[in-house]
Amino acid sequence: MTQIDYARHAKYFLLQDFWGGMKLGLKYFFRPKVTLNYPHEKGPLSPRFRGEHALRRYPNGEERCIACKLCEAICPAQAITIDAEPREDGSRRTTRYDIDMTKCIYCGFCQEACPVDAIVEGPNFEFSTETREELFYDKTKLLENGDRWEAEIARNLELDAPYR
Amino acid sequence: MAEFFIVNPVGMGLLIVGKIFLLVIPLLVALAFLMYADRKIWAAVQMRRGPNVVGVFGLLQSFADFGKYIVKEVVVPAGADKSVFFMAPMVSLVMALIAWAVIPFNDGWVLSDINVAILYVFAVSSLEVYGVIMGGWASNSKYPFLGSLRSAAQMISYEVSIGLIIIGVIISAGSMNFGNIVLAQKGDWGLLNWFWLPHFPMLFLFLISALAETNRPPFDLPEAESELVAGYQVEYSSTPFLLFMIGELVAVVLMCALISLMFFGGWLSPVPFLPDGIFWMILKMGFVFFIISMIKAITPRYRYDQLMRLGWKVFLPFSLIWVVFVAFAAKFEWFWGIYARWTVGS
Repeated sequence: MTQIDYARHAKYFLLQDFWGGMKLGLKYFFRPKVTLNYPHEKGPLSPRFRGEHALRRYPNGEERCIACKLCEAICPAQAITIDAEPREDGSRRTTRYDIDMTKCIYCGFCQEACPVDAIVEGPNFEFSTETREELFYDKTKLLENGDRWEAEIARNLELDAPYR
Repeated sequence: MAEFFIVNPVGMGLLIVGKIFLLVIPLLVALAFLMYADRKIWAAVQMRRGPNVVGVFGLLQSFADFGKYIVKEVVVPAGADKSVFFMAPMVSLVMALIAWAVIPFNDGWVLSDINVAILYVFAVSSLEVYGVIMGGWASNSKYPFLGSLRSAAQMISYEVSIGLIIIGVIISAGSMNFGNIVLAQKGDWGLLNWFWLPHFPMLFLFLISALAETNRPPFDLPEAESELVAGYQVEYSSTPFLLFMIGELVAVVLMCALISLMFFGGWLSPVPFLPDGIFWMILKMGFVFFIISMIKAITPRYRYDQLMRLGWKVFLPFSLIWVVFVAFAAKFEWFWGIYARWTVGS
């Protein structure tokens, strides 16, 4: 004689789980939405956020990068390519500074390695393009990014400085 | 002028075509908004916003989707049987649409006032499964075929219990005409006179069977994404896919209409002092659609053996016993005769 679990059968036939689910569903139905209305609303970003790369300049307009190639050496994805030679005034500067953004894994090691805070990852993450070629950044593009985002980058570096 | 539409065969034909357009066009427009409502309800339960970009509050989302489906390329699989492949979505949509011919929206507001209306709806909605089977077979691909087989077995299983539930209602109403079924629910007590009360458990059985019949969650096994990608729809793209989608939703809305007519008194007002009208019918259909949408949001998908067990070992015996019970209750007028409400021939 098998034991019949009447309580379980009653629960099954009275659709108890269904009513519970319906109650829960309706409860959440009237909750405020959690979705950000993305292009119009944006989530908060940490000062440490690692977004699009930028090459910074000193306040007098001189580029910071001294072509030490530490970033190129540390880059785990080998996305950075640097060529350098002495400039006319004798200082060491890059002639070529390319980042392949399709290779980059946004680890931030280049930023960590840089002794002069030249290469940084800024707060910008909306740099999608329509072609692959547009993502092969060269020095001009990186310096342009630096000029465009300097205010935010400087603020973020300052906020993050106590923890470094 | 009026004679032309009543006497002349051409005029009569034109009148019928006009009536068909009058039914189908509002239906399809309403469908676009129901699709949007479905997505919005689903989103709300998951605390998302849902479509909110196209038009005010995203109201025009379905029309944007429609346009997108139309302009996409139609891809036909290499080994597909072309004629069957394209016939399948048409069968699916046409079968779903022609069932509406006998659905009344108000007293006398019906395209074809036939006496076997409920039988006709049942017959036509059974034929819908052919669209699915043809689609799955003609795709010449494994997963669509498996999906369509599942769907065939599922739809046939649940039609059995739907049929028995309908018999119960027919016994109570004494007619197979939807107009008479609704009028049989008319009474002095408003919503307490409707068939949901005497046929209470059958309301839920019918709702659940309707979900299985129309392949809605939690019984959307034919298109279980996690197992079969999208079942019989895998190889479909562009307009044929759109036809399948519309056909499926038309069938869902048809089930809403059937539930409103058979259990919630169609166009009758729920309280005696308010006037009856099409407004109530639409409100009831909207309510049932809301419940169906909520069920989609709150239930996990059934396993296939669970689905078959539920259909054959729970619903079938239960509805069979209920039919016998209703037959006795109607014949001997048990419970103050609430099971015997014959409007004709009594």
